[in-house]
This record gives sequence, structure tokens and C-alpha cells, in this order.
Amino acid sequence: MAELLEVRDLKIGATAYPPGEPPQDITIVHGVSFTLQKGRVLGLIGESGAGKSTIGLAALAYGRGGVRITGGEVRLDGEDILALGGRGIRDIRGRRVCYVAQSAAAAFNPAHRLGDQVIEAALRHGTLTRSEAWERAKYLFGVLGLPDPDSFGQRYPHQVSGGQLQRAMTAMALCPGPELIVFDEPTTALDVTTQIDVLAAIKRAIDETHTAALYITHDLAVVAQVSDDIMVLRHGNMVEYGPVQQIIEAPQEDYTRQLVSVRQIQKPEAPEQSGALIRIDGVDAAYSGHFKVLHDVNVHVPRGQTLAVVGESGSGKSTLARVITGLLPPSKGAVTFKDKALPPRFADRSKEQLRQIQMLYQMADTAMNPRQTVRDIVGRPLTFYFGLRGQEKTKRVAELLEQIEMGKGFIDRYPAELSGGQKQRVCIARALAAEPEVILCDEPTSALDPLVAAGILKLLMRLQAETQLSYLFITHDIATVRAIADSIAVMYQGRVVRFGPKSQVLSPPFDDYTDLLLKSVPEMRLGWLEEVLTTRRMQSAGH
Amino acid sequence: MRWRAVPLSAWIGMAGMALAVFCAVFAPWIAPFGEREVVGDIWLPMGGDYLLGTDNLGRDLLSRLIYGAQTTIFVALAATVLAFCMGVMLSFTAAVAGGWTDQGLSRVNDLMMSIPTLIFALIVLAVLPQELWILIAVIAVLESTRVFRIGRAVALDITVMEFVEAARLRGERRLWIIFREILPNTLSPLLAEFGLRFAFSVLFLSTLSFLGLGIQPPEADWGGIVKDNKDGIIFGIPAALIPGAAIAGLAICVNLVVDWLLNRTASLKGGRGDG
Repeated sequence: MAELLEVRDLKIGATAYPPGEPPQDITIVHGVSFTLQKGRVLGLIGESGAGKSTIGLAALAYGRGGVRITGGEVRLDGEDILALGGRGIRDIRGRRVCYVAQSAAAAFNPAHRLGDQVIEAALRHGTLTRSEAWERAKYLFGVLGLPDPDSFGQRYPHQVSGGQLQRAMTAMALCPGPELIVFDEPTTALDVTTQIDVLAAIKRAIDETHTAALYITHDLAVVAQVSDDIMVLRHGNMVEYGPVQQIIEAPQEDYTRQLVSVRQIQKPEAPEQSGALIRIDGVDAAYSGHFKVLHDVNVHVPRGQTLAVVGESGSGKSTLARVITGLLPPSKGAVTFKDKALPPRFADRSKEQLRQIQMLYQMADTAMNPRQTVRDIVGRPLTFYFGLRGQEKTKRVAELLEQIEMGKGFIDRYPAELSGGQKQRVCIARALAAEPEVILCDEPTSALDPLVAAGILKLLMRLQAETQLSYLFITHDIATVRAIADSIAVMYQGRVVRFGPKSQVLSPPFDDYTDLLLKSVPEMRLGWLEEVLTTRRMQSAGH
Repeated sequence: MRWRAVPLSAWIGMAGMALAVFCAVFAPWIAPFGEREVVGDIWLPMGGDYLLGTDNLGRDLLSRLIYGAQTTIFVALAATVLAFCMGVMLSFTAAVAGGWTDQGLSRVNDLMMSIPTLIFALIVLAVLPQELWILIAVIAVLESTRVFRIGRAVALDITVMEFVEAARLRGERRLWIIFREILPNTLSPLLAEFGLRFAFSVLFLSTLSFLGLGIQPPEADWGGIVKDNKDGIIFGIPAALIPGAAIAGLAICVNLVVDWLLNRTASLKGGRGDG
């Protein structure tokens, strides 16, 4: 079969601006080669900074934000598109090669109707007339499972959900009938229950239109469902390249093996779960007095154990943490800590009460003052709660850095000089410095690459085993929950729909929502998506 | 920071500012004549003993310019520092406290800003006794309203960050949050604003002096020298233009440095500026 896309020895460079130093030229992709045939899907996978998006955009001969293609060739149907020049490339983009961005919400123009944006490229290139383009858009809306395909195009971007928007964007890419589509993490920003629909829609649309695709993602389980081949990338280099089955079932390289096995942390569930450290009784909470986000929440965190709170965005799980910290006083109900009622407002709590409950944030970047060194960040709670100063403080900070497996060499670094995982570790050290009873973890690993996230989870588990810490762990990732939880609370639309020990919550009979949630989590094996879809169809036929 | 990365314009600005400060500090030693000394005929042309000629009373213009730098820079600097202390303190309090404190302070600030500054200053200075510290205080209060605006905007961006929330949850007091968590992160934009405000203070002081309500004669200050010599322009004598050029030069120099600082700030925030 003829090669549709042939990338040979692609080199991509950029200019880096290290703070306080003159700009430097750096290479971000070091000679990557691959081929893609008509109607096939190649998955590009790697952690952030691996160069996967950059390679994807190179298929459109495009370099984002100062990125330059410095060497190699990108051949589309045998023609080197890097040598085409402005007019030639414009003719290819949006007609023969299309792009689906990660954040559809940011990629659509909010001032125009979806339909007009979907057919724009086809009209611009003159591939279709307006009425033909509308017909095709309607057909694609149908294929992608969008509601009411005939009138969907009349809506504005803010009138549809995130998952629908992502599918509309896929329709936009498919409308001109391209030979190749570049999907740049199309489901990363979506909830799992939405992700599965979008994945299924994309897969179906690719099958029906026989379009070739580059599918970029950091989630191996996702890419296994849609791709024919997978290329694993790291630091701009190719690590492994082969058919899906071989990569998933028989990876050759160490790095790929780590990626495949990353979800296999296991923690046995604690047998005795009655002694509650934090008890939340009948809590209702509302923002600005009207908008109610929590309805009658009853859960407890057993001492020395982990309660995982799981749910999709908007389910109220972060709000629950805000209620416990006292940032948002509940409108009804009470929070009890060590059998004593906690004052609802954090301002009314004693220093001792504040010390015992610490917080870990999703974005470690914004959780640390960028103008303070690690010494100041970790040292402040030591001075504030325990009055440690000078030598004593430095010694304790060094101890804490040892404890989080970083070593005292980092003591005078600024947050900007740390990697994502190191930042989160410093945040953990800051929480530990207060010697708390419980740490509220608000998605501490969801902004991190899988291997780094696994390291953080292992660290948290080790600390729990050593110091009897309790965690309230908020996450949307079921795999994380399976790995670390003793008990689980499933939240949906501000209510706890299921709460209990892990073994109970994760075994049938399920309520509808938990069932949907569990079945939507991509599994790292071939054919998972088809299986789920088949069962779903059978169920809906049965009802 | 690398010195080579500093652009030429910033160097020019810094050199100009250094020259002005040098004149101000060493005025008694470098000025060829005394500040109030009548040395010759009025409005003598440039050259000879009097490098820039003499003024409307026969005083050496260069000497008055050098002494004038002293007054002008001192008053403008004092007023700007005071304006920043007040503006930053109040605006950060408003941003951190929020609610009624914020509303109260912000609305009073709006009220102050709605009165034209020059008219406000003229009325107040006409009523109050003509003393240097009152002049400084009036300029400072008027400038602080502008500082308040920018300070509140910058601080609001920082107060919603999670590290401030973390500090609150730790139980830190408001002053700690203002000085340790927020101030260091707003320093760059505030520093740039400081340069700008300083230039405006120089201009404002000169305007007041020109109108006769600023520095009182016989003390020299740049705006005052322009006023003293303005009648000479009718006779084609450039004595009034020289202090005017000094004011413009200092303002431009300060702005050159500020522009560079702003660029650096932009690149600190993760933008890909050319700073």
C-alpha cells in the first residue's frame, strides 16, 4: 500500500529563554522517522516535553510559538510539504491535513455558530459548495453521535457540553474530507464518562471515512483503543515503534514497560475502618448563599487510612475539601475532628487545629510562592507552628527533604528550578513540616506524567505506613483510587452516591452512576472499547 | 542577570539618571557659583565664565540648574516614596481583606481620582501654609491614588493564588500575607510603576512651581527656573528652555529604564518577551 505520510529524520528546534541568560537554540526533536498508510491510525505517546505535539504539528508543516523545523522531510503522498512555501502549505492545511486541538472550548470562536465554523475550511478551499458542506456536516454530526444533527450546527459553542464540542471539532476536521487528521490529546481534558463517548465517536468516524490519523496522547490505555501502530517518544527521541499489540503485550524497551505497568501500585485495604478522625455529618454547602453544590454529605476518614473521593468535574469533590478546611463554611451539618466539632470558618480555628489539617493542591506551581526558596517554603510552618529558627530549622528542613526523597541539595532552589514532580514533593514536605494528622489531597497527581505520578503515590503510601497519616484523596482517576484507597466515596452532582470500604464500593451490585464510571475507565488491553460499546448496546436494547 | 543583556536604551536612561543624582548630591562642590549669588548682568548669553549664561536676576544658570536638581529630585523622590508606601499598603489591604474594606477604600480612591489633580493641588496648597513637607504630602496623596489602582489590580491577581490560600490556612496574619507572600511577587510591576510615578512627580512639581505654588524663590528648582525666565523668551533668550530640557531629559531617562524593567517583568511571568 502507498505511504500517505512519510516522515524522515525530522529535526525540530526552538529558542529557549532561560531566566537571566541570553537566548539559546535547543533541539526538541532529534531525528524521528515514521510512515503512515491510508486509513491507518498511528498513536504518538510520551510524557510532557516528549515532543509529541510538535511532531504532530510538523505534519501540517507548522511550528508553534517559535518552534522551527530544522531538518528532515515530511512527505505527504510523496511530496515534501516542508519545501512547499506559504501558498502550497495553505492549500494543504484544512483540506488534505486537518487538526483537532486538545481544548475545543478554546479552539472554537465563541462569536460564530458551530455549523459555520465546521464548514469553513471546506468552503475556503472550494472543495464543497455551501449546501454540500452543510449536508456533510449534518452527516458527520450524526456519525459522531451528536444530538439532533440537523440543527446542531445552529448552536453556539457555549450552548453545548465539552464532550460535544470536542466531537464538533472532529466534525470540523473531517468536513473537507482530509486524507490525514492530527488529533492532539482530544480527550485529555474530558471526564472519563465523557471521554469514552468521544473516543467511540472518533473511532467510528475514522472507520467510516477511511481517514488516516495521528493520535497524540499521554494515556497508553486510550491510544491502545484507537490506534493500529504506536510510537513511544521520550525527550524528542523515538523509544519504540511498532504495532499496538506488540507495544502493549510485549514491549521491548524498559521505558515502554514502565509505561505499561505504571498502574500496578496496589495497597491492601485496612480491615478496621470505624475509628473516624474526620467525620462529616449531613453537610450542605452553597456558593454565595444560593448555588448549592453539596447535598447532605455523610462520610468519614478513618485514622491512618485513605478515603478516596471520586467523581467527575463539578461533582463537588473539591468543595468538600474546602468545607473541611473552613474556606467554605457549610450551610448545614457539621465537621468533627477527633470527636470535637471544628469551627466552620478557618479564621475561628485555633493554630493547633489548623496545623493538624494540611492541604495538597493539584497545581504545585501555584501552590508555592515563586519568590521563596525551598528553605523558606518548607521552613515557614516549622517557624510558625514550632518556633524553629536558624540551624535547627535548616536541619529539620533537610530531614524533610530526605523524607520526600529529594536530598538537601535542593534547599536553596526556587520553585521555577524544580520539575513538576519535585514541586509536588516540596508541597508534600511543606504539609509534613506541620506534622499534621490528615492531608487533604486535591488531585495532586492529575497534572503529572504517569511515571512521576506513580512516584508521588508511592511516596504518599510510604509516609502513611511510617507516620500513620490519614489522607482524604480527591481524584477523578479510578486507577489511582484502586491503588491507594481504603475507603471510597463516589460523588455525583453534589451527593455521595456510594461510600464504604474499597472492596464493597468496587464490587457489584452497582448503582447506575458507579457502574458507568467504572466501565468508562480505559483498560490497557486491546478491544476494550468495542467490548464496552457492545455491552452498552445490548443493555439499551434490553431496556 | 547579565549586563550584556541590558539594552542600549536602558544604559542611556541609567546614565542620565546617574548624572542628575550626581548633580543633586554634590551640588555645593560642582556648582561654579552659589545658588543665590548674583554674578553679573541679567540674561547674559552662553559661554565665557557662565557656561549657560545668567538668569533674569543675573545669577549663574548652570549653578541654579545644579542646585535645582537637588530640590526637584529630593521633593519628587520623597513624594513618590510616600505615595508608594500609602498606595501599596492601602491597596494590598483592600485586596487581601476584600468585602467592605475593599469597597470603602476603592470608592474613596475613585472619589479622589475624579477630582482633577492640578486643581485639587492648587486649592489645597493655596489654603495650607507654604512649607516643603506639605508640598510633598499633597503630591504624595495625589500620586498614591494611581498607585492604589495598580497595586490593587496586581495584588488581586496574587491573592487568588493557592500559595496565599495555603498561608491563610496555616493561620498567617494579614501583614505577613501582604509583606511576605504578595509584595515579593508584585515587586517588578511596582518598581516599573515607581519609575513612572517619579517622572510624573518631577513634572507635577515643576508645574506647581511654574504656577507659583511649588518651591518658593529664591530656592532653585527646575520648574521655578522656567517661570523666572519665561519672559526672556519674548526677547529671544533661551534661558527658560534649558531647565525645561532638563525636566524632559530626566523624564525620558526614567522612562527608558522603566520600559526595560517592564520588559524584564513580562519575561519573568513566563512570556516569551525579548527581555
